[in-house]
This record gives sequence, structure tokens and C-alpha cells, in this order.
Amino acid sequence: MQRAIALYDTSVGKKAVMAVSGAVMFGFVVGHLLGNLQVYLGPAALNGYAEHLQALKPLLWLVRFTLLAAIVLHLLSAHQLWVRGWFARGRRRYRVERSAATTYAGRTMWMSGPLILLFLLYHLAHFTFPGLAMSVGYAHSIGDVYANVVNGFSVWWVAVLYLAAQACLGLHLYHGGASMLQTLGLDHPRFGGVAQGIAKPLAIMIWLGNSSIPVAVLAGLAR
Amino acid sequence: MTRSMRLVLDVWRQKGPKDPGGFVRYEAPDISPDMSFLEMLDVVNEGLTERGEEPIAFDHDCREGICGSCGVVIDGRPHGPLTATTTCQLHMRHFQDGDHVTIEPWRARAFPVIKDLVVDRSALDRIIRAGGYISIRTGSAPEANDVPVPKPDAEVAMDAAACIGCGACVAACPNASASLFLAAKLGHLHLLPQGLPEKDDRVRTMVSAMDAQGFGHCTNHRECEAVCPKGIGVAFIARMNRDFLIASVASRHEVMAHRRR
Ligand code: HEM
Ligand code: FES
Repeated sequence: MQRAIALYDTSVGKKAVMAVSGAVMFGFVVGHLLGNLQVYLGPAALNGYAEHLQALKPLLWLVRFTLLAAIVLHLLSAHQLWVRGWFARGRRRYRVERSAATTYAGRTMWMSGPLILLFLLYHLAHFTFPGLAMSVGYAHSIGDVYANVVNGFSVWWVAVLYLAAQACLGLHLYHGGASMLQTLGLDHPRFGGVAQGIAKPLAIMIWLGNSSIPVAVLAGLAR
Repeated sequence: MTRSMRLVLDVWRQKGPKDPGGFVRYEAPDISPDMSFLEMLDVVNEGLTERGEEPIAFDHDCREGICGSCGVVIDGRPHGPLTATTTCQLHMRHFQDGDHVTIEPWRARAFPVIKDLVVDRSALDRIIRAGGYISIRTGSAPEANDVPVPKPDAEVAMDAAACIGCGACVAACPNASASLFLAAKLGHLHLLPQGLPEKDDRVRTMVSAMDAQGFGHCTNHRECEAVCPKGIGVAFIARMNRDFLIASVASRHEVMAHRRR
């Protein structure tokens, strides 16, 4: 315990907590996407999958608690580090601010993260606990996940909101995936480059995969 | 015959640590493209001295890119526009006649301005003091091949040891982190057998010292690597993180109290 506290006391330790919690969420996002892509296999497949998950109640709650813990730790470490970094930079800024290396995704991590959090709350209210959702002009059906997806994304602004959120998530993971490997020191002269090389395309694939679903509904490909 | 250049400089002037400071515009007429950036400042300072004004204070020593004394932010980039080049090795031929150049000191809470472009970088020395050494008896030099070092390790250790401690990495980092500096120091010690006995303690005390000195954390934006005059890469930061995490979780010793900062 003392070691865990001493570790979290340091900037590298906090960063590691951010990276591990990010990795847990990254894993979830990949699994979530693979599950959702079954929408292309038709109502029977998606609804059957949803039923399967519901049948695994204890496991489902274990995953939910793990994710909740990951979110809390990720937010806490992100916030504490952000304050540290802001303080370390000092009050006087450069008159000429010019970056030599960072990406748009990297520069906007502090923004894409909180936007994902807001989206997450809306997303849960929309599909998981629909009693909380704002009325979007269709009846939510408990068993028929497929119908909920199609009906939900048929409302254009809901689809646009999801697309915007996926752009944020994609950007967050574009920087986050590679950053996480570096933070945890998962580098190697030979394989490090391979892992880094996979991280960014994976973020792009997650973005495209997630975004394809509202687009498919709007285009009338799934109904 | 080399043509001469005329530049307009906006230079940060600050009388002392407490002075709020501000930018002052200077003309730099009659600059030879063969001068270094520091020689250009020397010419401006000669003019200022002749007019009875206070010359611009800036740090410098070797003027051959090896001591790490020099370093200013030139148009938003530490050590100026050329990669892997210190300010003293940057030549005016990389600028155009009539250019407008903004010159600022390193900025970071851990690097307070002493005067004009001179900042106090002793926070880096305090990180070194926390563990950037090997605690062995010093004496006459040992036989060269007594301790075998694999050639590839020696090469990478030398890459890390190229760090001249100028602080450009801190100046460039959005979080004013000294990660690249520290990672280079740890990298060169931990790639060599002499550094290994104290590795776990060293990485822990030095990371804590970096935090205690008020430097920020690494967000992997790689700005440091891009401006490092010695081209030191962020792979050393990954190595430091790995060594730190392993030491924190699995080290057999607790960090010795007297080395704690
Ligand atoms: C809940 C709201 C979130 C906030 C406020 C947030 C904030 C942040 C911040 C500020 C960073 C550090 C950026 C940097 O190092 O430059 C970060 C890193 C990261 N985030 Fe998030 N994030 C959130 C959600 C997520 C989600 C949902 C995922 C995954 C699906 C995720 C995955 C990651 C990863 C993998 C990293 C890299 C960790 C590292 O740099 O070592 N984040 N996050
Ligand atoms: S003056 Fe020594 S490195 Fe520039």
C-alpha cells in the first residue's frame, strides 16, 4: 500500500494510472464496437447478442464496475496532472507559441476527454437507461435493441451528435493509444515501432467503425 | 563578398528576477550571414554599449555546441529554426535580410529569469544531485577492458550522454517537463554496468526530485525531441518510465531516506 501511494505520488506514477485506466477503456471500446457491428448482421443477431449479455448479469456488472473505476481513476489522474503541468509551465507564456511536433489530437486531449465524458452520460441515458433520455420522438423498446438503434439514429441530430462524439473519441485514442505505450515504457527497438504503428490505425478503425452505424441508418442501409 | 543583412529584433528585457520585463525592439544592421546567432547579439550589444545602454544579457560559454550554456527561444522555437543545433551554432545565413525575429528566454516555473534572456537552470543540477552519479570509490582509471560493455549498449549510452543539459526540452514542453533531460541522464547510466547496482534507487529518487523541482509531467507530444540540439529521442523516456514502474513495484530495497528529496 505504501508503495502504491509512493508511486501515485509521482508524475510518472499518475501517468501510469492514466495509461492503465485508458487501456481498460480502450479495450472496452474495441469490444463494444465489435458487438455493435453485429447490427449489420440484422435484428436477430444484434438482439440475440444483447440477450446473451443480459443473461451474463454478474459478469456484466463486473465489467461495469471495472469501467466505472477506470473512469474515476482516469479523470482523477488527468485532472491532477493537468493542474501540475499548468502550474509547471508558469504564468508567463511565450509571445510566439509554435509547436514543432505535436498533433491536433495531442493538443486537444484535455478537450476531447471531457467531451467524451459528456457524450458518455448522454449515451447511457439514451440507450442503457432510456427512462432518463430526452424525448426523441420514438418509443424505446426494452427487448428490441436493433429497433432502438435504427429509431434513435433516424433522428438526424442524434446521429450528428454521435458522429461528433466519435470524432472526439477517435482523436483521443489517436494520441492516447500511442501515448499509453510510451507512458508504460512498452517500447522495444524492434517491436516498439510495430506497436506504435498499430495504435494509430486502430484508433482510425474505431472511429470509422463506430461512425459507420449512424451513417448506415441515415443512408437507409439498416432499417 | 558576403552581403550584409539587416534584422529587426524583439528581445525580452528584464532587469532582474522581480522586474515585470517586456519586449524591446532593436535594429541589427550590418549582420554577416557567417555570424552565429550569438555573434549577431554581440554586434547588437556593442551598439547598445556605445550608446550607453545596458547590453542584452544572455548565457554562453563554449560557443561550439558542447557546454549547454546558450539557449534562447527564437520565434517560438528553443535554439531557433534549425534541428539538432544549439543557438551558438545557428548561423545567420538561415535567416533572411529584413527578417523580424522574436527572442525570448526559456520559460518554465522551475527556470526563473535572472536577467533578460538568462534563466536559472540550477533545478536541473538539483535533479542530478539526487542520484545522477555512481557511488563508488574514485581513484586511478581502471583498465579499459576490465568491465565489458556490448558495443550496441555503448552506442545508445553515448547517444544519451550527448545531453548537454541546456534545458531546451523543458522550454519546449507544454508542461515544462524535464523528462527528456532526466531520461537521458538515467539512460546513459543504466545502459552501462557501472550504473546498474543503484538503478532502482536512482530512478525513483531522481523522478521524485524532478517533481519536487516543479517540472511537469510528460504528455508524449514529443516537442522536446524535436528541439533537442543533440537529437536525443523520446525512446529514452519510455525506458525511464519502464525502469521507474518496475523499480516502484518490484524493487527489493526501499528508497534510502538520505537520498530522498
Ligand atoms: C471520461 C472522460 C475522459 C477524460 C476527461 C480524459 C482525459 C484524458 C487526458 C487529459 C489525457 C492525457 C492527455 C495527454 O497525455 O496529453 C488522457 C489520456 C488517455 N486517455 Fe483519456 N479521457 C477520458 C476518456 C477516455 C476514454 C473513454 C478512453 C478510452 C476509450 C480514454 C483513453 C485514454 C488513453 C489510452 C490515454 C493515454 C494515456 C497516456 O497518455 O499514457 N480516455 N485522457
Ligand atoms: S555556448 Fe556552449 S553550447 Fe552554446
